[in-house]
Amino acid sequence: MKIPRISRKTLGIPYAVFLICFVIIPMLIIVVYAFTDQNMRFSFENFIEFFSDPTKLSTIVYSLVIALLTTCFTLLIAYPVAYILARSKMKKKYVLLLLFVTPMWINFVLRVNAIRELLNWIGLLGETNYFNTVLGMVYDFLPFMILPLYTTMIKIDNSLLEASADLGGNPFVTFTRVTVPLSMPGVLSGITMVFLPSMTNYVVSDMLGNSKITIIGKFIETYFGTDWHMGSMIALILLVIVFATTALSGGFRSENNTRGATI
Amino acid sequence: MSEHIIELKNVTKYYDDTLVIDNVSFYVNKGEFITFLGPSGCGKTTTLRMIAGFDLPTSGQILLNGKDISSLPPNKRPVNTVFQRYALFPHLNVFENIAFGLRCKKVINTYENDSGDRYTKKEKLTKKEISEKVRKALALVDLEGFEKRSISTLSGGQQQRVAIARAIVNEPEILLLDEPLGALDLKMRKEMQIELKAMHKRLGITFIYVTHDQEEALTMSDTIVVMADGVVQQIGTPTDIYNEPSNTFVADFIGESNLFNGTVTGEREVRFCGKTFQCVDSFEKNELVDVVVRPEDVHMCAPEEGMLRGKVISVVFKGIHYEITVQVGKFEMVIQSTQSRAVGEEIGMNIDPDGIHLMKPKYTSNIFDGVITKRNTVEFADGEFACDVTQLYPGSRLNEEGDLVTQTGEVIDPTGAEVTVEVGMNDITISDDAEAGGTTGHIISIIYKGDHYRLIVRTEEEEEDFVFATPDLWNENDYVSVIIPPEKIKLTLKRTEEAKS
Amino acid sequence: MIKKCIKATYVGLILLLLYAPILLLAVYSFNEVDLIGTWGAFSLEHYAKLFGDPVILEMIGNTVGLALLAAALSTVLGTAGALGFYYSKKRTRTIMYGASQIPVINAEIVTALALAIAFVTVGLEKSYFTLLIGHMIICTPFVVLSVTPKLKQMDNSLYEAALDLGASPTKALFKVVLPQIIPGVISGFMLAITLSLDDYIVTSYCKPSGFNTISTYVYNATTKGNAHTAETLASFWALTTIIFVIILAVVLIANLVDGKKKEDRT
Repeated sequence: MKIPRISRKTLGIPYAVFLICFVIIPMLIIVVYAFTDQNMRFSFENFIEFFSDPTKLSTIVYSLVIALLTTCFTLLIAYPVAYILARSKMKKKYVLLLLFVTPMWINFVLRVNAIRELLNWIGLLGETNYFNTVLGMVYDFLPFMILPLYTTMIKIDNSLLEASADLGGNPFVTFTRVTVPLSMPGVLSGITMVFLPSMTNYVVSDMLGNSKITIIGKFIETYFGTDWHMGSMIALILLVIVFATTALSGGFRSENNTRGATI
Repeated sequence: MSEHIIELKNVTKYYDDTLVIDNVSFYVNKGEFITFLGPSGCGKTTTLRMIAGFDLPTSGQILLNGKDISSLPPNKRPVNTVFQRYALFPHLNVFENIAFGLRCKKVINTYENDSGDRYTKKEKLTKKEISEKVRKALALVDLEGFEKRSISTLSGGQQQRVAIARAIVNEPEILLLDEPLGALDLKMRKEMQIELKAMHKRLGITFIYVTHDQEEALTMSDTIVVMADGVVQQIGTPTDIYNEPSNTFVADFIGESNLFNGTVTGEREVRFCGKTFQCVDSFEKNELVDVVVRPEDVHMCAPEEGMLRGKVISVVFKGIHYEITVQVGKFEMVIQSTQSRAVGEEIGMNIDPDGIHLMKPKYTSNIFDGVITKRNTVEFADGEFACDVTQLYPGSRLNEEGDLVTQTGEVIDPTGAEVTVEVGMNDITISDDAEAGGTTGHIISIIYKGDHYRLIVRTEEEEEDFVFATPDLWNENDYVSVIIPPEKIKLTLKRTEEAKS
Repeated sequence: MIKKCIKATYVGLILLLLYAPILLLAVYSFNEVDLIGTWGAFSLEHYAKLFGDPVILEMIGNTVGLALLAAALSTVLGTAGALGFYYSKKRTRTIMYGASQIPVINAEIVTALALAIAFVTVGLEKSYFTLLIGHMIICTPFVVLSVTPKLKQMDNSLYEAALDLGASPTKALFKVVLPQIIPGVISGFMLAITLSLDDYIVTSYCKPSGFNTISTYVYNATTKGNAHTAETLASFWALTTIIFVIILAVVLIANLVDGKKKEDRT
């Protein structure tokens, strides 16, 4: 039986081929490099070496600490902002929100450069490398935290808050028992969007940490010049961390992803 | 006999792995107003979509004027659709919406050249022809002058009319209407029903209409196809379907009805509600039947004059009649009458023989395919039930180790044996506690039978149905577990290959 | 009332901190001296320097050109992809959406490294082509992400209605489906431009040597510091200020237009 199929599906083929050639296959190549030695023979050497080398492990730990600090500070600053904006009765509050997001559209490196100049002026550049790095990251990733928080909070039905008050909840109870739990999806997606880049985006740490700070991203870059096998292994480990974090925070649901979203 | 414009032959449709249309066959006469009626998910819209060409049947044929069109794409079928939510193109105005089909169309014109030879040319309609046709179509739906309006400025009723105009302007052989009035309010719906019916008369083309509203179907159709669970339940004129429903589903779905379990006691005689009645349907003596009595066929009288006696338990005013519920012994009878009665009043009731309709029951017991497991339980319908395996071998018993010992002392292991499981309709109970029973499922059907409810619970994976009687009221779609006492599970061994040889 | 004040102060303070570095650069970009903290006199010298330096102008041109090209190609690829995936079978759809999400979720450095190693493995020299591919990998998933919701919102029967009225599948796609999803396509395109303009890591791994975008140029100038005078660094202040003003203008205009539309509707 011949069934003529409507050709809408075939439209996806070019992108599917593109994804296979430039995303899937490169990933597979990385896996191959990660599990081979210099003579391209299968080996677990890179894996074992990575986990038995204290300097490598400490780099990872430093990196995680920086990412953790960045995420905490970003959340602490962003949550009140998002809450105030979302609950505000102002007519044009989206303009305010827009003001928070606008810096995001300035070139990333130029933005980091601006803080660099500011730090330089205050005299901190080259002095407090860890502080500078975390500060720069908080500054740069703040919009990524505010946006998902705001979009989740604005969706919270006002009648839920009224119901809480009606049932005798004081503002504090309403906040902790209703608003906070309902804003969790936003918190989670904000955390993924801040935590992951702050572990890997070495532009900030390089430019503000006076090239003295090595985060995982930078670590991979240093191996790119010397040892692809080890570089691939670290990239693979990072990949596992990234996907595990995303899976945990439920970020695979695409509608949650507001990174770079225009309002 | 009139011609069959559309004929479905053994059409079956699966969506992924779910069966939505199960071997459906019927035909539609040219020029008739036919309605597919059924609850949501019964397959009526899928059937319509297969006629339109949006879905292709998994197997079977669809014939249009005797020609197989099963795999013809929708743009090549002389069929147009009025969609459920109209599907008007929001980026085009009223004129462009209606002209859309005309602009896609090519007509064959015949010309004569200088030497007198005739030749044909496939040509698009001219601007003038298009605007003339659109104007006529708009006039037909009473929307003259609406050409330039944008869709978003139209009311629901107006959008509805544009949708109809957009379809009929192409002069289709068949107009398909997929619950077209569903989004309108009650008053608007009534008006449109009359208009559609008038339009059908005027155009003279075949209308295939899909609805879940039984009243709409009864008012408008020449023929009704009642569907449920992907199967055609009954095809007939509105009068037939109302007066002679072929099973309890149809009786319950179309109009109000009192349903009882009855027993045939003699020639045109049936016993239900503890009394014997004359009826017009003829069945074998002692046969169990489903009895339908329409509420308007129950006549009230003085208590001593009635065949049945009962106490009024509720009276509801419904506008044109009163709905009176009467307790007759342990049964409930619903009566529709223009006269009212007081709650608590004792009344008598009579039913004329032609007000009693008998049907062969669809379900008498539940039969499943099962497999005996290690623990001497039986697995069927997505669950595992405790049972008495000794009934498989006459005279057998279980020894201390739990092995099956036959009459002759032979130890056999029934594990893996395929069995037929039979459970009676009165042997099943259900519970809200998902852990309480052997399997779980959702209630998919509830029918009141005078003194009890007949429920169908469908399991999730294998979609097996349990049909049973219960005195308790549940809600449709409740998630319940099915409990069957071990002694009520009747097992028979299936004849295996070995046994045959 | 006090509560309101605290809230306003908090939001204001964070905003101020957010804009402090940029405003600082904006102010000193008009400084005669190329040192922050010491005010010489008002001067447009840094701007003159910015527009007088052919190297800087070239890299700005490179950045914008690359962004436009990558965004255009990504939009076509991504829109077609979103349509194709959306109408595929459920399993294919899930797999393809998943594959498309990889570059979004993945750390950029991993994407970049994998791509660079893959290019070397197949013997592909770094060129404008490889750079373009790199940017398309980053941009296209976001086009898919912004088109797909529009497809979901669209009444599915619109396409069927077009077929029902005799349109061929292609015609139905262009005349009915595309006009419905065009807002998603446009916002996908805009997103793609922003992402491409913003990118550093993938660019640095995929670009041919000698080719620079704003990101790579500024990064190299500040971290490596070689051959770059304080003058060059000061011209970045001017660049930052110009970009900031352009963005502010775009945001304001977009908002005015949008606000106007909303008013018209009511």
